Amino acid sequence: MSHTEDHAGTRRDFLYYATAGAGAVATGAAVWPLVNQMNPSADVQALSSILVDVGGISEGTQITVKWLGKPVFIRRRTPAEIEQARNTDLSDLTDKMARNANVDDGASAADENRALDDTGEWLVQMGVCTHLGCVPLSDAGDYTGPEGIGGWFCPCHGSHYDTSGRVRRGPAPENLPVPPASFTDDVTIQLG
Amino acid sequence: MSGIPHDHYEPKTGAEKWLDRRLPIVGLLHSTLTIPTPRNLNWMWIWGIVLTFCLALQIITGIVLVMHYQPGADTAFASVEHIMRNVNGGHMLRYLHANGASLFFVAVYLHIFRGLFYGSYKTPREVTWIIGMLIYLLMMGTAFMGYVLPWGQMSFWGATVITGLFGAIPFIGDAIQTWLLGGPAVDNATLTRFFSLHYLFPFIIAGLVIVHIWAFHTTGNNNPTGVEVRRTSKADAEADTLPFWPYFVIKDLFALALILLIFFAIVGFMPNYLGHPDNYIEANPLATPAHIVPEWYFLPFYAILRAFDGDVWLVQIVQFLSFGIIDAKFFGVLAMFGSIAVMALAPWLDTSSVRSGRYRPMFKWWFYLLCVNFMVLMWVGAMPAEGIYPYIALLGSAYWFAYFLVILPLLGVIEKPLQPVATIEEDFNAHYGKDDAADRGAIATPAE
Repeated sequence: MSHTEDHAGTRRDFLYYATAGAGAVATGAAVWPLVNQMNPSADVQALSSILVDVGGISEGTQITVKWLGKPVFIRRRTPAEIEQARNTDLSDLTDKMARNANVDDGASAADENRALDDTGEWLVQMGVCTHLGCVPLSDAGDYTGPEGIGGWFCPCHGSHYDTSGRVRRGPAPENLPVPPASFTDDVTIQLG
Repeated sequence: MSGIPHDHYEPKTGAEKWLDRRLPIVGLLHSTLTIPTPRNLNWMWIWGIVLTFCLALQIITGIVLVMHYQPGADTAFASVEHIMRNVNGGHMLRYLHANGASLFFVAVYLHIFRGLFYGSYKTPREVTWIIGMLIYLLMMGTAFMGYVLPWGQMSFWGATVITGLFGAIPFIGDAIQTWLLGGPAVDNATLTRFFSLHYLFPFIIAGLVIVHIWAFHTTGNNNPTGVEVRRTSKADAEADTLPFWPYFVIKDLFALALILLIFFAIVGFMPNYLGHPDNYIEANPLATPAHIVPEWYFLPFYAILRAFDGDVWLVQIVQFLSFGIIDAKFFGVLAMFGSIAVMALAPWLDTSSVRSGRYRPMFKWWFYLLCVNFMVLMWVGAMPAEGIYPYIALLGSAYWFAYFLVILPLLGVIEKPLQPVATIEEDFNAHYGKDDAADRGAIATPAE
């Protein structure tokens, strides 16, 4: 019978560590698929980009589409809504950042940095209140446009958003985020 | 199993002896059921049986509900309605299961607070306590995931808010949240995995319950005096204890019968009293209920979660010291899990040499305040987070932490406890009028 302590740093020690190491690697390799199966599946990932037909949206209305499991507001604003959004003094805003995935991170919350096109007719934003994730109501709150339309209000904890989707009052810390969006042709917007 | 001297099982017939040599299972059951139990246990010691009953009720009703339930974002809501309207007796089975969860939590809170008052967590029962806390955590996970399964509005938005908590973890939060949900938001993948785990967890709980019972059968039960059963001789031990069967089984079953009377009255006549009407509206990711509230048994911890917003100076200091890594949202999450962690650490935070609150004049009042505080937190957790309510929640949360982290350690030093009775026998006789050893034998022998 051999005495293992006589063989410190020898081949037997090496075999112990090698076996334990191989065992640990094998265990990890066996566990990883069990963990990874919970990550988003291929069909869920495939939906990360969608095309939306916006040809049917008339001025002063909006549609809500589901993208990545969350609502997205696509609004075609009236000139009065745009004018009100563009005439707002930046110092009146709670959150002075654009929160727009399509422009630079440091961009200001000016309406030009939030609207999808240069005229400001199209406003695309997540319909998720930045407070606790409720879905705000459209054409409601204290910051609607001059015609009484535009603007959003979250009924959960009373956050008011203006015609540019910027938070103006209430507990919400940030403006409604603008997702990656672009026109692929005149009547189609690609999200993601 | 127990170190308390008592009679052991002796196989008598040939068949018993044959089995005992191969698998001593009858002896194990015998010693488990006839475990010497302190004879002075009061009515707060019935909740263990109630909890065991609840676990069995939930597993049995759950298994039959699964025969009709169809997990899936498109089918779940309709299949629950199918259970309610078409399945024979389905509405009763579902109401039993839904209200059974509430009875489960009523019992577990009374059981936990019993332990907190009588010092059941103190040495040598720390392991029993820790396992109990693990069971409680698993219960909360199971109940939360079970509430998602009907796929109503409150299911969906409750799941959104609670899984959002994991998104508050710095750096890796978003990845963890996506991994938990199986996508960017609560959807089919979330529902099916919650269903799988909701079915699994009760069996892990059942395993832990066995370990829980094993642990306190090793140390022996605590009792209202906190005084240990005498192990000096079998006669002494028998003067302090009675066998679990039949004495405590009958007592516990009597209490269970009374509790079930109330339980069935609720299940039969007001089955939706503890639920939310919003959950009878199918989940809709595009519309939020006006007021998202968790089930009543989560409310105290939900109140603690919401209490720490960005206006609290402690939150601001921590945010500053951690260079903004721990923001208000993450602080709230830490506080919520921390509130259960400090409870689990009670065995090491309580420095008093006396076990039972009965002999601790100052501790008593702090404990009663803790109970009131728990109810206040439960109430404020259901209120909207505006006006005076956040301040009440903050005060309640502060007391919860202060009780475990400041009051329990300090009381052991400044409080002068009363002298506990010398033996359990003495306490029993003082309460039940037997005063000499003459009837010792008569009591200690089960009337079989």
